[in-house]
Amino acid sequence: MSQYQGNKVNPSHLAVSQIKFYLLLLPMAIFMMLPIIYIFTTAFKPADELFKFPPAFFVKNPTFDNFKMLFERMATTAVPASRYLFNSILVAVLTVLLSVILAVTAGYILSKKEFRGKKLLFEINTLALMFVPIAVSIPRFIIIVNLGLTDQFIANIMPIIAMPVGLFLIKQNIDQVPDSLIEACYMDGGHELDIIFRVIIPMTKPAIATIAILSFQSAWGNIEASSLYINNESLKTFAYYISSFTSGNTGGIGQGLAAASALIMFLPNFIIFIFMQSKVMDTMANSGIK
Amino acid sequence: MKKKLVGGYKPQKKSTTSVQGNKWSLLLMAPYLIGFFLFIILPVLVAIVLSFTNFDSITRPDFIFFNNYTYMFTEDTVFMQKVLPNTILFAAIVGPTSFLLSFLLAWLLAQVPKLPRTILALLIYSPSLVGGIAMQVVWVVIFNGDANGYLNSFLLNSGLIEEPIQWLQSTKHLFPIMCLVTIWGSSGVGFLSMLSGILNVDSQLYEAAYIDGMKNRFQELIHVTIPSMKPQLLFGAVMAIVNTFQAGAIGVLLSGSNPTPDYSGQLIVNHIEDYGFTKYEMGYASALSFVLLLFIYITSKIVNRILGADERKKKLPPKEIDENILPIMKISKEEEDSPNVAVSR
Repeated sequence: MSQYQGNKVNPSHLAVSQIKFYLLLLPMAIFMMLPIIYIFTTAFKPADELFKFPPAFFVKNPTFDNFKMLFERMATTAVPASRYLFNSILVAVLTVLLSVILAVTAGYILSKKEFRGKKLLFEINTLALMFVPIAVSIPRFIIIVNLGLTDQFIANIMPIIAMPVGLFLIKQNIDQVPDSLIEACYMDGGHELDIIFRVIIPMTKPAIATIAILSFQSAWGNIEASSLYINNESLKTFAYYISSFTSGNTGGIGQGLAAASALIMFLPNFIIFIFMQSKVMDTMANSGIK
Repeated sequence: MKKKLVGGYKPQKKSTTSVQGNKWSLLLMAPYLIGFFLFIILPVLVAIVLSFTNFDSITRPDFIFFNNYTYMFTEDTVFMQKVLPNTILFAAIVGPTSFLLSFLLAWLLAQVPKLPRTILALLIYSPSLVGGIAMQVVWVVIFNGDANGYLNSFLLNSGLIEEPIQWLQSTKHLFPIMCLVTIWGSSGVGFLSMLSGILNVDSQLYEAAYIDGMKNRFQELIHVTIPSMKPQLLFGAVMAIVNTFQAGAIGVLLSGSNPTPDYSGQLIVNHIEDYGFTKYEMGYASALSFVLLLFIYITSKIVNRILGADERKKKLPPKEIDENILPIMKISKEEEDSPNVAVSR
């Protein structure tokens, strides 16, 4: 493996021949990052820098004024900002937990059991990978109303816990778990739940981490529920509140507030991704070596 | 899959835990199935049924058969002249571009060692972490119409324009900006999947291919990498399609109004919301929803066909390389037939 390092994918060392790839990659990465750097610098700009003309890209005297103002401004409404944040965190945690549980249990059955319609079910699920919730927002709304979920906290969670992508990924990974392990667990008198906890979950951690990240993202940024299904302000989420009050705020102070709120939305996603995805990426990179 | 299960394990299981096993299977499967049915299958069915009615959300819906559809294609001039062409153009530009860009970036990343790769992958993936609301916030400021907008002030200072341009309110500029913003945020799950797909191609395949006379990275890409990661490519393509149509609201977010200025950035999704939640013509909005779903389905079929057709072509011996490479192609074919994983393995 190490003696051959020709034109191979996934090299183990830096080499001069790789410079051309960096020359292509770095500009792309910078282009991708510019708006995000902008969020950071603008979020910490004091008022005089926000109004400066021409606008400077980087901040000179960083302050937390925008964040303070964001929370003060929100506190003037009937519901304090902390309530929205609490709702969002609760929604995100519950969604991640439930969607992982649903995907793992269903994925295990779909992968390792034989039953009629199994193939069809997986095909429908694969078709549903293309499901675009925004396309059926109206029938979804009607269903939510008929289920009596309007103005219920769980309306934030219920519609997004069955993730076709999640089931798809976990099923594909459980397929790789050797049947002999499951058999061995049966031999030891193991129950279905034992198999899930002792074999399936330990063997598919990277996929579970991936699903957790995806469901966190969909829950954290979800404004569909708060804007359509829930009228009670105290049950709405942070994402919704930020979106409702940043729209139309584009100049001067509004810019700073908008960037501050964008940063609050972005950071949790980013931090969780760094922590969990580094693990996932390790697993991915190593899994190719024999 | 089935073949594997037959080997020794399944018959045994049947004799011992068959009845109990079935009960548990159902129990473990049920929560997902209920959620899946209620919020994914049922909405689609409801949309289809309602599309044949004139539901206004208050009175009982009446069946009006195909009236919604005939109205859509004969009388709704906004739909035929603006919304439909916009949607098709948007999908045709954003879908392939974001897919190819993701693949290109993933491939480039696979050519560098792990540490720089991880950092760069993180940077490239991060736009998709910003999410809809935050994305709107950033780009609205960058393309702000007064002299204070970043792009305007940059262009003014460098003397390229004399007066600030109303980027997001102009019928000429809104659409390209929508495409740019969507492509910017499109390197998401599909990108990660393709990256891991490339990294997980068995390195022995490359070695063997070089021994058999493969000469450069381009051949490597065409004859080893792409054939070996077809499952990831398909997954990436599906994600690109979803991403494209999911971004339907972007024009309204950027311009701040629905309908967008002179319908220049109006996509089907905006049209649905316009009719459904502004005009309360739920029946017609449902018909539009169904057309959109059909649109997505057809697009994915086309993509499947294209990727599948590529595959068929590759099975034939390519002309430019000698026949010695054929055995490798065979190996890589078997590789991809095995139930491969999309994101990790």
